[in-house]
Amino acid sequence: MAAGSILEILSPGALTSVQDLGRYGHGRYGVAPSGALDTFALRIANLLVGNRENQACLETMLLGPRIRFLADTPVAVTGGNLLPHCNQQPLEMWQAHGFKKDDILTFKAPVSGFRAYIAVGGGIGVPPVMDSRSTNLPSGFGGYQGRPLKKGDFLVSAETCANLRTDGRGLNPAGMIPHYPDKWTLRVIWGPQDDHFPEASRNLFIHTCYKMSPESDRTGIRLQGPVIDRKSDIAESIISEGVISGSVQIPGDGKPIIILGETVTGGYRKIATVISADLPLLGQIKPGDELQFEAVSQEEAHQALHDLEDKIRCFILPVNQP
Amino acid sequence: MHYNQPKFRPMGDRSLLVELGDEISPAINQSVQELFVGLDLQQPPGILELVPSYRSLLVICDPAVISLADLKQIIVETHNNLDRSQLPQPRTVKIPVVYGDDYGPDLVEVAQYHRLTPEEVIGYHTQPTYRVYMIGFTPGYPYLGELPDAIATPRRNTPRTRVPRGSVGIAQKQSGIYSVDSPGGWQIIGWTPVHLFDPWKNPPSLLVMGDRVQFYTITAKEADQWQPDPS
Repeated sequence: MAAGSILEILSPGALTSVQDLGRYGHGRYGVAPSGALDTFALRIANLLVGNRENQACLETMLLGPRIRFLADTPVAVTGGNLLPHCNQQPLEMWQAHGFKKDDILTFKAPVSGFRAYIAVGGGIGVPPVMDSRSTNLPSGFGGYQGRPLKKGDFLVSAETCANLRTDGRGLNPAGMIPHYPDKWTLRVIWGPQDDHFPEASRNLFIHTCYKMSPESDRTGIRLQGPVIDRKSDIAESIISEGVISGSVQIPGDGKPIIILGETVTGGYRKIATVISADLPLLGQIKPGDELQFEAVSQEEAHQALHDLEDKIRCFILPVNQP
Repeated sequence: MHYNQPKFRPMGDRSLLVELGDEISPAINQSVQELFVGLDLQQPPGILELVPSYRSLLVICDPAVISLADLKQIIVETHNNLDRSQLPQPRTVKIPVVYGDDYGPDLVEVAQYHRLTPEEVIGYHTQPTYRVYMIGFTPGYPYLGELPDAIATPRRNTPRTRVPRGSVGIAQKQSGIYSVDSPGGWQIIGWTPVHLFDPWKNPPSLLVMGDRVQFYTITAKEADQWQPDPS
C-alpha cells in the first residue's frame, strides 16, 4: 500500500476510472480530451467537498465500486443514482459527508442515470499527463496507470484537504438535483454536414424516437432506429476532419452515433451537434433509454449554457460559511 | 478546389470547421497548416483546441469567453494577414520498417492484388517522400500521402480488432503508422520499432502535420536491436 493513500479499491465495479474535466490543447497530436462524461456532476461533486471544480474524481457506471477509506476525508457522490451506501447505511447523494478511516463506500444497484462521480477532499492524485489527470482508456495513458481501476489499487489525494468540515455544503435548493429520465430530449444544432442529407432524412432524424444500443461505450453512444440516408450522389465517407463530443455522425449503415470525448478526428459526416448545455446528459443515458433530438438555434444554445452555468454557481452554499 | 476564402461550417455552439478546399492536395493542406500556425501563434483568448486535418481546421472555443461570430472574424482576419514565413521548415523523419511475415501480415495479399512481388511492393512503399497531412484517429497516428498508384489498395473488408503499435498500413492512396494498439482496417505491410506516441514527451507525437516521412527497410534482427534516438 502506497504511503498516504486515501482509499483502497476493494472491487472496481463495472468500470471505474479517474477523470477530470479533460485534456485540451493536444488535439493537433491526435490526443482526444477524455474526461468526465457528465461534467456537471463532476463539477458539483468537487465543489461539494471544497475542491476546485476541475479536480480529478472517480467516474463509475452501472455497478459502482467498493471502496475502503484509509483516512478521514470529505466525500460527495453525484450523478446517476447507483444507490451509494456508507457502512451499509444509505448515503445521501449531492451532499458532502465526512468519511472516517475504515469507512466503506458501496453501491447497491442502478436506480436512475448511468454514471456516478465520487469526489474526495483534495481531489484524486495521479500524475498529470498533458496537464490532465483524466484516463484515456482507448490509448492507455493518464489517470491511474492508464487503465480502469482494479481490486487492490491504492489512491492518494492530489492535495492535502484544507477543510475537513462538511457542514453547510449541500445543494441550494435541494430541488435542483437533476432528474434522470428513461426518455431524453437532446438539443442539437444542425450541421456541420446537414446539407449532405435530403430533407426527408433530416425530418426522419428529428422525428425519430431512438433507442440507445448496448454496444455503446465511452467512445460513443450508438443509436437503434431507422436508417438515415445521405443524398444519393455523394460518397459514403468524407475526408477525415476534426470532431468534438456531441457530434452526431451518420456512418455508412445510416445508424447515428453520438461521439463522446475519446475521438479527435473522423471520416463520417455529421448531421447535427449536441449543444454544450446538454453534453453532461450524454453521460447519464443508459442502454435501452429512448432519445429524441430537438433542433435549436445558436442563440437558444447560448442561453441554455448560460442558464446551466448560473445553476452551477447557485447550486452550492458557500463552502467556508461559518 | 482550393478556396480563396475559408468556408465555415458551425459544429455545435462551441466550434467552427474552417474549410480551405474540398479535396486532398498538398497545397490545400499547406493552407490549413498556415492558418493553424497563424492562429496558434496569435493565441486568441477563448480558443481551447485547434485540430488541423487534410483540408480543414477545427477550432474549438469556450463559448463563455468568445462568441462564434467573433471567432469567425478573428479567423478571417488571421487568414487574410498570414505571414507565411512563420511556417516551420518541414522536417524529414526516416522510419525504419520490417516488411512482411508476422510484421506485415497483409504484404503478400497486397502484392497478389496488384500482381506484384512483395519486394516490388516494398520498393514502391519506400520510394516517396510522404507528407504528414494530419495526426488523428489515435494519438500520434500520421496520415501520410501519397502512396504510389501501383500499390493503392482498398481497406480490409473486415477490420482487425487489434493492430499492434508500430504497424505500418496502407489504404487507398494513404499510408499510416499505428501509434498505439488499436482496432484498424488498413492493410498491414510492415512494422516499425519507432514509437510514434509518448504521452510523457512534449510534444507527445513524434510527427506533426507538415513533416515529411521516408520509409526504409531493416531486418527483424535490426528491429530487435533498435535503440531510440536519445534526442
